[in-house]
Amino acid sequence: MDKPSPFFSNLKCRECGRLYPKQAIHVCDFDFGPLEAVYDYDAIRPVLTRAAIESRPHTMWRYRELLPIDGEPTVGTQVGFTPLVKADRLARALGIRELYVKNDTVNYPTLSFKDRVVSVALSRARELGFKVVACASTGNLANSVAANAASAGLKSYVLIPADLEQGKVLGSLVYGTNVIGIHGAYDQVNRLCSEIAGKYGWGFVNVNLRPYYAEGSKSMGYEICEQLGWRIPQHTVIPMASGSLLTKIHKAYGEFARLGLVENSPFAVYGAQATGCAPIAHAMKRGTDIVKPVPNPKTIAKSLAIGTPADGYYAIHAMKQTGGSAEDVTDDEVVAGIRLLAECEGIFAETAGGVTVSCAKKLIDAGKIPRDGSAVLCITGHGLKTQEAIAGKCGELRLIKPSLREFEEHVYAKDTAAA
Amino acid sequence: MPTVLIPTPLRKLTNELEEVSAAGATVGELLDNLDRAFPGLKDRVCDEAGNVRRFVNIFINGEDIRFLEEKATPVKDTDEISIVPAIAGG
Repeated sequence: MDKPSPFFSNLKCRECGRLYPKQAIHVCDFDFGPLEAVYDYDAIRPVLTRAAIESRPHTMWRYRELLPIDGEPTVGTQVGFTPLVKADRLARALGIRELYVKNDTVNYPTLSFKDRVVSVALSRARELGFKVVACASTGNLANSVAANAASAGLKSYVLIPADLEQGKVLGSLVYGTNVIGIHGAYDQVNRLCSEIAGKYGWGFVNVNLRPYYAEGSKSMGYEICEQLGWRIPQHTVIPMASGSLLTKIHKAYGEFARLGLVENSPFAVYGAQATGCAPIAHAMKRGTDIVKPVPNPKTIAKSLAIGTPADGYYAIHAMKQTGGSAEDVTDDEVVAGIRLLAECEGIFAETAGGVTVSCAKKLIDAGKIPRDGSAVLCITGHGLKTQEAIAGKCGELRLIKPSLREFEEHVYAKDTAAA
Repeated sequence: MPTVLIPTPLRKLTNELEEVSAAGATVGELLDNLDRAFPGLKDRVCDEAGNVRRFVNIFINGEDIRFLEEKATPVKDTDEISIVPAIAGG
């Protein structure tokens, strides 16, 4: 067993503050509140300086003192440090002064932000001695657990709703994992996984390993700050499924300010959901923190289709506390958002990315994000995984014979006439 | 009697039993009876006002009681009740 981390001491209940050892447990014995990693920031401050971080490899593990494992990371050591793209053309299209895209569509190895959380969860799973790892997933997480478990030589099971996109099913099967499709919505998959985790002692990354897993998302926030030149962005738009990513980016900005790595400047976080499954956005709009579950999510943004979001309550408080807000968009707007991002910036995002872009547009149009401000959009997964969503909705293939005449008649003449 | 699946955090109260039986015509009655058999259990599942805690989900045959009649949801002898921590997934 690795020597305990000098920076990460315990798990702690977010509700009542009771402390727990760093084991595979995720809820408080007393009130079922979520357990969260506790760090010794005074010990971290002198070690984790800008210079120290800048001297390290370009991966999420350059912030390792703020990630909850004891030893060196052993799984997903190449994950993270994805591009932060200055998106001038998209900024003009959305009517905002300055805009950046945090592009996790090219995260390694499975093209979504989930590689960040899985890297932490499986590194910790190994430290805790698990031989079988598993997850409840809407697709991206399944891909990442399957790939990272394969490379680590761990046996894996991924449980998903039966109706996921082909790309996401194949993108798990290829790694030789056990893919179990459940006849039901994600929340039913999740409940089953909680019961399996309790019975068989497997390491479920987003159940009994969740306190470790969730912290991996913070790395997206750290990278954004560093890539902006060590500052917190004014406005950050984040897609919400469970709400965990939003709460962790909020936490990341706060930690960097606390450690003096960035100035403690005001910032706001905004949550994006699809209208067909928007329990958090709808609660936020109603002005309450009581999240009413959605029993039957209906949206093409399947990766965000969580009807009972575990972190909804905390996401609402993070948005309220920072002066942010939430928005939701229809399936047509999701497709329009995917196309706009692709056509303006050459970035092909999955449906969740379309949700984020179109929600940002609504927030800017409504004046909630000011037009003279600076914003970051978190784009979390690659479009090749959800091709069904846009098939037939973004132009058509033009077929001709290999003949110059046909090209001139059917392509060049038409295009010059149109121009 | 209906079967109740006990989550790991509550098994200290049920002598490590994963599954118990309890009588009751509604979820509320069933929780009261469970508490008599395993004192302290209701306090963990419900808050001071008697409502199911924010981070606890109760399912009857897989259906969340929040979509049914909450604690007034009727229970049949053949039903399977799951008490599941809400903090999971995503």
